[in-house]
Amino acid sequence: MPAPPIRVGLFVTCLVDLFRPSVGFAAVKLLEAAGCNVEVPASQTCCGQPAYNSGDKADTKAIARQVLDAFEGFDYVVVPSGSCGGMIKRHYPDLFADDPALHQRAQHLAKRTYELVSFLADVLKLERVEARYDGLATYHDSCSGLRELGVKEQPRRLLRSVAGLRLAELPGAEICCGFGGTFCIKYPEISDRMVADKAADIAATGADTLLAGDLGCLLNMAGKLSRLGKDVRVRHVAEVLADMTEATPPIGAGPAERR
Amino acid sequence: MQPTSHAFKANAHQALGNANLQKALGLMRSGFPGRRAAALARLPEFEALREQGKALKDHVLENLDFYLETFEQNVIARGGQVHWCRTPQEARETVLAICRRLDAKTVTKGKTMIAEEIALNDYLEQHGVTPVETDLGEYIIQIRKEYPSHIIAPALHLVKEQVAESFRRTHRDLDPDRTLEEAPTLVAEARAVLRQKFLAADVGITGANFCVAETGSTIIVTNEGNGDLTQTLTKAHIVLASLEKVVPTLEDLSTLLRLLARSATGQEFSTYTTLSTGPRRPEDTDGPGEFHVVFLDNGRSAMLGTEFQDMLRCIRCGACMNHCPVYATVGGHAYGWVYPGPMGAVLTPTLVGVDEAGHLPNASTFCGRCESVCPMKIPLPKMMRHWREREFERRLSAATYRYSLRLWAFVASRPPLYRAATALASRLLGWIGRPRGRFRSLPLAGGWTQGRDMPAPEGRSFMSLWAERRKTAP
Repeated sequence: MPAPPIRVGLFVTCLVDLFRPSVGFAAVKLLEAAGCNVEVPASQTCCGQPAYNSGDKADTKAIARQVLDAFEGFDYVVVPSGSCGGMIKRHYPDLFADDPALHQRAQHLAKRTYELVSFLADVLKLERVEARYDGLATYHDSCSGLRELGVKEQPRRLLRSVAGLRLAELPGAEICCGFGGTFCIKYPEISDRMVADKAADIAATGADTLLAGDLGCLLNMAGKLSRLGKDVRVRHVAEVLADMTEATPPIGAGPAERR
Repeated sequence: MQPTSHAFKANAHQALGNANLQKALGLMRSGFPGRRAAALARLPEFEALREQGKALKDHVLENLDFYLETFEQNVIARGGQVHWCRTPQEARETVLAICRRLDAKTVTKGKTMIAEEIALNDYLEQHGVTPVETDLGEYIIQIRKEYPSHIIAPALHLVKEQVAESFRRTHRDLDPDRTLEEAPTLVAEARAVLRQKFLAADVGITGANFCVAETGSTIIVTNEGNGDLTQTLTKAHIVLASLEKVVPTLEDLSTLLRLLARSATGQEFSTYTTLSTGPRRPEDTDGPGEFHVVFLDNGRSAMLGTEFQDMLRCIRCGACMNHCPVYATVGGHAYGWVYPGPMGAVLTPTLVGVDEAGHLPNASTFCGRCESVCPMKIPLPKMMRHWREREFERRLSAATYRYSLRLWAFVASRPPLYRAATALASRLLGWIGRPRGRFRSLPLAGGWTQGRDMPAPEGRSFMSLWAERRKTAP
């Protein structure tokens, strides 16, 4: 008898929901192709990180409790973002440290929660994808995925299996792009300089495509690259891995600039 | 010094437009991190050493009273004295009283951040004692009437052309046509000038990287040897230290020294590691006439037992700021007080108050690079978040920001309302923005769109598309 399919709850993230549903559908496609049964609980909104990093613990807890309830029964919870994934996996248990019952639930959820690409590579042991992308791509390591969840080699490994895609390493790939969630709202001038430095590093690689695993960072870098007139296509890594780049223009590009 | 941390944004704005500073920061970015990484690569047990160092410091902080008393007993047993100072004022007065008793006109100083914290130079000058900085970086900023922009490289904000200009202005008895283009020439000139000052000094003041309880010794590490001359040629050696610098044994000291230089400059060991134990004994050929250790508390003991206790593990290596993308963008002076970068963002609100320094723990992207390189594994982002919690509780952040956050949280904790709002917002913004794919300006996002575009949403929210897909699915 075949093993029952893995039940995965997709935590879409607020930015993907609002800005780029393609990333959510790419995640669904990748997970289904790997044999998972994907569900998207309707009662999810956001992971609560903006409130958490603003010192608003009460609101963070209210939002986090919603996530605990919404993702109760799944084998795994998968998030196409290292930042939101890190929030659930690393910070939810801390958040409920003073409430034993909720703390236990938060720990249980944390154990089952994974960032999308590391879930594919580390848990499902996926070694290659069926996808084609013609271009020279560079990859930016988003901070939370890298330092909170250890996402580093997994996306590069899977990207190397994409037909037609060549990878150029980005110097300073581990340095923050300056997005920082609420940081870019509170200190826009500093944030802008940081992303200018990042854009210069990206341009210096000669890559025609920039990939990363977090939409916040991608919006920031895409916005800077387009303002500077740099001809770099920016996409979430899941779009490339899922072979879904034909359907949607790159981030920040108009319909005419499709590919 | 008067803190200007409240003006962080304005300070940062200035820093972004300062070409020399930006050039200097560029050199830092390409220097420190690479050298540290290379030093770690040569020491496979670094991670284990880090754990050991952290455990050691945690043990000390749990037993701080015991080790401080042991240290004091051993200083006294070797003929020295320990002075306990609660506040910067008490520490300043203690130092001045020693200088006055010895009729000191000039004091030479090794690098000490505690002296910066208590603004010692200004105080001594006001009271007729001339302080002379002997660390090259400190000397440069002293003659420029500036303060340190980095805890181990005080003049990091300057390029060598600025240093040359300052030397020409200050060393007026030297040949005005001399060449001062290269760093070694600048170092040689400073050396020659400072040599005279060492010989003329009555009292030498240094900091302490560590204080060893079992021997009553204080330790400094330098790369210039200036500390040794500062403390051995004078009537008295005054050591300025903060409470958390104490370690139990010489063995423990070696553990921390192995972490310190690698984390700071990427050296295996600093060029000079100097242990000072008591005043000169009759059989010694040199050494200070008196040996004083001035311990400053200044709010540190109140951090024990709080969520900020871990900060007291800090050994002041500077790795957090060397790797901080915000520090690398705005430099140390933007932080507006003695301690910049991530460690300053945690410590400064403790020492000068969160009302003054509230910006600092907010001016972080929480990229986590500081914590990842900290040899003492201090959870710096987590502690910055603790400050943000306190600020939020006390309503110190901007009212519009707080109200927007509360409004967003209200909607985000009501899923049906949230789904309706995002469905509408993505349609609206998508409809307006789709033709170009991005916005050059957006109401309420002027900070963002001033220097970059805002990519436009695709036009439908994921949740609404998913609901449709479910409905039409067979």
